Amino acid sequence: MTDTNKSKPKTPEGIGGGSLRDALRVPALAVLTGLIIGGFAILISGANVFTAYGALFVGSFGDPVRFFTGFQQLFTTGETAGLLRAIYPITESLVAATPYIFAGLSVALGFRCGLFNIGAEGQFFIGALCSAYVGYSIVGLPAYIHLPLALLGGAAGGALWGVIPGYLKAKFGAHEVVNTIMMNWIAFKLSDWLLNGPMKASGFRPVTPNVEVSAQLPRFFPDPIRLNWGLILAFVVAYALYWFLFKTTLGFEIRSVGANPDAAKYAGMSIVRNLVLVMAMAGGLAGLAGSAQVLGTDHWVGQGFSAGYGFDAIALALLGKSHPFGVVVSALLFGFLRSGATRMQSMAGIPIDIIDIIQGMVIIFIAAPEIIRWLYRIKNIKVEETVLTRGWGK
Amino acid sequence: MTTINATINTALAKRSQITYGIALIAVGLFIYLIFGLNTQAGLQTTYGTNLAGSQALTIPDIVVPAQMTVLVMAGIAVFFGAFQLARGVRSTGWLIGILATTFVIAFLTWAAQGKSFNLTGMLSSSFVRATPIALAALCGVISERSAVINIGIEGIMLMAAQAAVVGATVTHNLYVGLFAAILIGALVAALHAYLVIRFKVDQVVSGVAINIFGAGFTAFMSSRFLQKSGDMLNNSGVFPTISIPGLAKIPILGPMLFENNIIIYLMILLVIAMHIMLFYTPWGLRTRAVGEHPKAADTLGINVYLMRYVNVIIGGIIAGLGGAYFTIGSVGRFDEEMTAGKGFIGLAAMIFGKWNPIGAFTSSLIFGFADSLQVKLQILRVPIPSEFLLMAPYIVTMIILTGVVGRAIPPAADGQPYEK
Repeated sequence: MTDTNKSKPKTPEGIGGGSLRDALRVPALAVLTGLIIGGFAILISGANVFTAYGALFVGSFGDPVRFFTGFQQLFTTGETAGLLRAIYPITESLVAATPYIFAGLSVALGFRCGLFNIGAEGQFFIGALCSAYVGYSIVGLPAYIHLPLALLGGAAGGALWGVIPGYLKAKFGAHEVVNTIMMNWIAFKLSDWLLNGPMKASGFRPVTPNVEVSAQLPRFFPDPIRLNWGLILAFVVAYALYWFLFKTTLGFEIRSVGANPDAAKYAGMSIVRNLVLVMAMAGGLAGLAGSAQVLGTDHWVGQGFSAGYGFDAIALALLGKSHPFGVVVSALLFGFLRSGATRMQSMAGIPIDIIDIIQGMVIIFIAAPEIIRWLYRIKNIKVEETVLTRGWGK
Repeated sequence: MTTINATINTALAKRSQITYGIALIAVGLFIYLIFGLNTQAGLQTTYGTNLAGSQALTIPDIVVPAQMTVLVMAGIAVFFGAFQLARGVRSTGWLIGILATTFVIAFLTWAAQGKSFNLTGMLSSSFVRATPIALAALCGVISERSAVINIGIEGIMLMAAQAAVVGATVTHNLYVGLFAAILIGALVAALHAYLVIRFKVDQVVSGVAINIFGAGFTAFMSSRFLQKSGDMLNNSGVFPTISIPGLAKIPILGPMLFENNIIIYLMILLVIAMHIMLFYTPWGLRTRAVGEHPKAADTLGINVYLMRYVNVIIGGIIAGLGGAYFTIGSVGRFDEEMTAGKGFIGLAAMIFGKWNPIGAFTSSLIFGFADSLQVKLQILRVPIPSEFLLMAPYIVTMIILTGVVGRAIPPAADGQPYEK
């Protein structure tokens, strides 16, 4: 027993039984199957699958030829322009992945406590609006105060949006799925009003003013490359969440409430407190996703800003098995998919919504690993049975 | 366990009794302070009772003195609040009713002071707007009575709405569109049932996957085909209004209930039929048995899985009908995300209606009312931004869900997969 454990490479806590290879096999196959089914959808819509997926690849990783010429230019003349142009697509993918990491962590944290946070979308939007407000309304602060303040504002806004359904769930048993969706719609209407009224910049478009430079997350490269410190922050937050969930007492409590609320209650843990805390934290994480997007990438907020991040977050939290590290990997994957799909849309005329179709499929396959095992004739994978959600008012 | 529950329930009842009393008094004061003091003396509010173009007999409009009405409403609320604190009324339903009625009447009288407000028009549009919500709620009722949670109603309705408009436009036959919508509803629901029964997928997760897939699929089809072809695929026309001879002539009720299109009549029939089916037929008894105690039902020889498949698919058919309402039942074209959360509001109506078809329908009317109120208030130019009025249905959903969910008890096995 102990010998076999020692001989295996150590896997991080919480990934589940079995080796890392087993843990990765089903998600990988789920994504592959999703892409194949997406391919059929492209085929039916009358486009060439290879052109489409080729554009997807070039759009997400960049053109290999450009990399080659870029390096050649760098070594022969010392010019970096060509190489910078070559890395642009891959940096854009990483930029797209940044809010996904935060939003995915938000949903994953909820799952760990048996809560289904569909409200990441609204929390994201409110977080972005709060960050933008702190970012443009305060002038003259040094960056080391202004930037943390703007991030904190976003986290607080998201936390507020998350804690309301959390409290209603904990105190009254109102199901968080319905309430977080209602909060999403309220957030959309509220932002419509804010962007057309109090927060509107001068001009015709319903957008906020640009945030001050002192509140922006610094970028690594000259324009137009938008890769910024938000990505590093996301990695740090992911690690912190891993540590919190698996190495602290509070994290253990949260996971206990998620795994078996009756047992947790019997052991003297407060279910109400844990539910409220988790929804506040989940809201804060989704709010940070909005902050990272507005402070690092866009620098302003407009209508339709959130663009489905909250819903993608559900898919990637499931894909990452609600584990912070899994979420980071899936968020990177989704970032590359989204970013590439934009190019696929312009090059091959495939609407970007194809990604939603693929995501819906991936969620189903992840939630029903039996289908994948049946499709690929895989036997004897140890699957960790996790409780994801509960019925009404329980 | 039961004794503990009983003690908690008594304690809760005591507390909620006081809460309701205080809430009623607070609403009374609110009505007085906000509406009462802001209503000018001498102005009148006119409630129109006749709808242009309707067959109903014309009756005189109701004209009330605005300030007086508001003050009376405040008085009623405070009176019942005080009564509740002093004596206590058992029925919380009545209290919520009084609270809502006084508030809405006072609010409308204040908003429409010195102006005319068409009451019949609003009631009629409440009924129309309640239709998709009621259909979503019925879909929820029938699935959950057999213990399958279907949170994917929103996605089903979206796909059905699109199928309906495309089917109807291509064939120039609205009934083909209706059939297409129902077919899509049944197929997607069957997929949901297959996933949660055969593969024991988490029911909520499967529903959310259907929602994401539905939103993505319809948006994909929309931008790939519908927008390019213009009216070739996405302009079907709508079902005509059918007036029921005689009944349509009744003032107020006539335009509301008896001058509608086929989908709305079907909805009313479904409510009645489902009530009878669930509570007065062997099939209904089996359904409820499967939802409450599948093991016992199985022991008695009821096929648990089959009952669940059938119920979820019937639910899908009803949701498909609800989807058809959005396109061929009201505007005749498909727009992305046009269901706007109605599927979820339907689920709240289902809970508020305590998993009963008639209860679900009545609570849908409340949501329909909130929805149509918001539209009418925009027309009246109430000094509240329209975005806030648009939030009303969602906020009402949250309040209702919070207020009743502890008291509304779902079928005992709801959401749990059954293993033999």
